[in-house]
Amino acid sequence: MNELLNPAVFAIQARFNGQVSEFRGDVTILVPAEKIIAAATALRDEFDFDMLSAETAVDYCPQTNPRFHMVYIFYSTKTHLYLTFRAPVNGDDPKIATMETVYPNANWREREIWDLMGIRFEGHSDLRRLLLPPNWVGHPLRKDYPLGYEEVQYTFNFDDIDLRKPKGVR
Amino acid sequence: MREIQEFTLDELKHLFSPKALTGETMVLNMGPQHPSTHGVLRLILELDGEIVLNCVPDIGYLHTGIEKNMEGKTYQKAEVLTDRMDYMYTMGNNLVYCLAVEKLTELKSPARADAIRVILLELSRLQSHLLWIGTSALDLGAMSVFLYAMREREMILDVFELVSGQRMMTTFIRPGGLWRDVPVEFEAAVKKIVEVFPKRIDSYEALLTKNPIFMDRTKGIGKIDTKTALAWDVTGPTLRATGLAHDIRKANPYCGYEQYDFDIPTQTTGDVYGRYQVRVEEMRQSVRIVEQALNKLPYGPVRDNNPKFVPPPRSEIGVSMEALIHHFKLWTEGFIPPVGSVYCTIESPRGEMGLFLESDGSPKPYRAHYRTPSVPLLQIMPILSKGCFVADLIGIIGSIDIVLGDTDR
Repeated sequence: MNELLNPAVFAIQARFNGQVSEFRGDVTILVPAEKIIAAATALRDEFDFDMLSAETAVDYCPQTNPRFHMVYIFYSTKTHLYLTFRAPVNGDDPKIATMETVYPNANWREREIWDLMGIRFEGHSDLRRLLLPPNWVGHPLRKDYPLGYEEVQYTFNFDDIDLRKPKGVR
Repeated sequence: MREIQEFTLDELKHLFSPKALTGETMVLNMGPQHPSTHGVLRLILELDGEIVLNCVPDIGYLHTGIEKNMEGKTYQKAEVLTDRMDYMYTMGNNLVYCLAVEKLTELKSPARADAIRVILLELSRLQSHLLWIGTSALDLGAMSVFLYAMREREMILDVFELVSGQRMMTTFIRPGGLWRDVPVEFEAAVKKIVEVFPKRIDSYEALLTKNPIFMDRTKGIGKIDTKTALAWDVTGPTLRATGLAHDIRKANPYCGYEQYDFDIPTQTTGDVYGRYQVRVEEMRQSVRIVEQALNKLPYGPVRDNNPKFVPPPRSEIGVSMEALIHHFKLWTEGFIPPVGSVYCTIESPRGEMGLFLESDGSPKPYRAHYRTPSVPLLQIMPILSKGCFVADLIGIIGSIDIVLGDTDR
């Protein structure tokens, strides 16, 4: 672990009950979901992590508690270092507080996660689907969403095939 | 049959002023089929006469589900999909994928492969900037630059065709090195580009930099400052035009960029003209890097020789049983990286391009998420375009240089 990261990592670990792990030089802190906003605010204000470089989610499907991990990757333009936060999210009614209040660019990233992964962000200013049409059913990046190999629906047989489609996984 | 619905004005009312609902101001669609939106981008504009009050970008018309599809393919096959995202920087998409896989599997690409990667990446940056300078000048009414830029871009695409057989979707960079070594004609072709380019860039500048119409249309338009840019995660030339010299090639060097001598051009204006100046200077720096890399191109292998991850050369398959077995295993089952997740970034012509890659110990990526530079650039469109004229909006879209394949993935 880069020693410049030490102060930030130790502070987050102590104050927000984080679990630190390291893989191939990437430092990841598992932070409880309810403390993620406070931890990110501390990271931005006290440790100069001025960018939210990426925000995404991972679905560990058969597992339900937690089913998802929210992944936040912060970047500091002063030290040029990355730091990853992960927050566990439960499978039934997945939701977490929005990061938009701390890093405004989370707006679209969270819209994308809601669209494709189906995690709700509480307090988000504009939680609409970003990439898919507004009336799309399901969240494609979830692991139980079928990956292709579906019958092709044409205009004349759309409804017939729709009835046969696996509904439980949508 | 389910029809695709649209957002109604009522659902979007928090993004517009109250006047939009009463009809005092006009809500107008620009795109998704508009020649100057550089792809299928739709902007919903609230207009007061000619003045843009609010701008709501609507993306997703080019969504192809690449991240989902990658989860169903082995690591080698998933790479082919990455070309199709940012179709102006295909080599870079391949590279960030390969860097992530190399980080997961601890492969090391040899020195010669790194040098060739750098040459091809800088040529990619040049051709991306050439298309940008052509189309964005075309949007502002300068016809001739486009033709010259396309002429030079063809030279670069010919080099890509020479090395990989493809002009755009090359998939030439592979985990652990390159697909194969470059042909003997490569060095002469690149040398020719290095020789002619500085003069050609001068000629674009002669057409635009001091052109009073171009300056009128670009100076003071679409301004943004460093603080806002950082908060909204804006990177690349748009960030550098605000005065912050931030470049991943210097900050976190990859592929041996630390060996090359180049500058990070910056401007302090943060407007459309500033972004133009930064990009033109970046083209000169790219030529510098290509020249240095070509002059000290080392000899040696272009692939790591770890047979568990990198396919053996064709010549070995006929004589070595192990090579045949490795070849068979790699192209049927694929290779298996250890469990874990990595994040890799590179500097694309538009900014920081990152890949979050998670492996669950199977031959297929468990989750791949591309952090693409065009998303934040498009996200700040409402900030950049507030209070400008519709005609200036065209210049702003051109100046942030978005690629819709990159935003929608």
